Amino acid sequence: MQQTWTLTKRELRAYFDGPAAYVVLCVFLAITGWFFSNALFLQNVASLRSVFSIAPFIFLFFVPALTMSSFAEERRAGTLELLLTLPVRDWQVILGKLLSLALLLLLAISLTLVYTISLAFLGDIDLGGTVGGYLGLFLLGLTYGAIGIWASSLTRNQIVAFILGFAIIFMLFLLDKITDFVPSQIGIILQYLGADYHFQNMMRGVIDTRDILYYLSLTGFAFLMTTYSLAKRPE
Amino acid sequence: MIEVQNLSKSYGNVEAVRSISFKVSQGEVVGFLGPNGAGKSTTMKIMTGYLPPNEGTVFVDGKDIREDALPVREQIGYLPESTPLYSDMVTYDYLEFVAAMRGIPSENRTERIRAMTNSCGLHDVLSKRIDALSKGFRQRVGLAQAMIHNPPILILDEPTSGLDPNQIVEIRELIKKIGQERTVVLSTHILSEVQASCDRVIIIDNGTLVADGTPEELRSGLSGGEQLSVTLQNTEEEVAEVLGSWDMAEVTEHGLDENGETYFILTSGNDIRADLFRLAVSHNWTLTGLHRKSKNLEDVFRQLTSG
Repeated sequence: MQQTWTLTKRELRAYFDGPAAYVVLCVFLAITGWFFSNALFLQNVASLRSVFSIAPFIFLFFVPALTMSSFAEERRAGTLELLLTLPVRDWQVILGKLLSLALLLLLAISLTLVYTISLAFLGDIDLGGTVGGYLGLFLLGLTYGAIGIWASSLTRNQIVAFILGFAIIFMLFLLDKITDFVPSQIGIILQYLGADYHFQNMMRGVIDTRDILYYLSLTGFAFLMTTYSLAKRPE
Repeated sequence: MIEVQNLSKSYGNVEAVRSISFKVSQGEVVGFLGPNGAGKSTTMKIMTGYLPPNEGTVFVDGKDIREDALPVREQIGYLPESTPLYSDMVTYDYLEFVAAMRGIPSENRTERIRAMTNSCGLHDVLSKRIDALSKGFRQRVGLAQAMIHNPPILILDEPTSGLDPNQIVEIRELIKKIGQERTVVLSTHILSEVQASCDRVIIIDNGTLVADGTPEELRSGLSGGEQLSVTLQNTEEEVAEVLGSWDMAEVTEHGLDENGETYFILTSGNDIRADLFRLAVSHNWTLTGLHRKSKNLEDVFRQLTSG
């Protein structure tokens, strides 16, 4: 476990040594901030709903951008060979990378607490919806991250990793939006599989174990697929 | 110490390694020789536990690399081909990271990094980013990360490739120093390197092991005897008449060289320089050159790996 944490720290440092983390955090804050203040000042709506509605869209692009290098770049540079011949298990390496992304997401999400705090000054905030929204946003980002890392483990090309990760995530995002075009039986299944559907539930303040389970099992699945992909040790 | 048993590995339908077996004892410096694409790197990648073999296995101190992967990896330091390193890291931080990943307790890390700095000569580059280092220093950092946990076994894949002649000598010296107290397996396709730093040579061609022995053993096992080249200031006919009927050696070639001197190339089973000298004296020849063309590893290598 010590080693996993060491790797997490290295990954986090790599994010912050370069411009990647700062650009992502700044743009994330700028976009959510614009939507928040737009609702607040122009429409007189004191709610986090606008922030929570736009955040999944931002994650759709930003998370695969953050994870695209995780394994693809290590494979291209050959450092994967060093990493995987250290006395650590493959899953510890994957966990270390996922954990560093999770911490970066936590930081991004916690920066939006500024909006929540300013709302708290204006009046009572919807506690359930806020907690649910934050938790949902984190789980959504974590799931996207696990998928992005899996995509990155499939190739040595970062751009391919990004497109692949984005495509899988976008598909999950769209699933519950196309229910109108399919028979209702299939529609219910598609809705359940859709990533955004569960987030909408949580944002409403309903913290249901099914929603949490959905994200965690999808994260677990992507994690497992990454271990398979690494076990093959492609050139 | 290391026992490689019937190792086979294929990529798709390309067989990279075919049933290779050999042993390396403690303290040996073994050179892995072979043309490019012979299967050297693949064998080393399996030995370090990076690639799973299709068949066969590797034992390190009696432990199977597939079943006891982690304890075996602790015994091994590895420098992959072309020295991959995290180029965005500072040398010191990188060594610290590897030390931590190797499970060296934090209070001992500084001391280990200092030891590596001394033995690999990294004083000037500790605070530099790795992407700013020259190839020679990258190689040293690669060696330092491979040795940071003081492993009894080092596996080095082409440690001198891409270096300039001065750097090659430096790295070679370093490996020699390291090899005094460790078991080292290094691969190369530079023959002089093996002669300079290895106790034993294993030649691989086309995925199979074609030779295994000390450099001397391999040279002596070569077919064809010794060749001696002789130059004299006497006429060709005069000497040819005597040498043609000499029973110690056979004349393989004779004529005039670029200086207009008579030369003969003789082949014999053993060293006949003394006999030839006496023969020249007894015939009153003026001997101006006597040169033994000893076979080197290059000949061994060519003979074993061509065709």
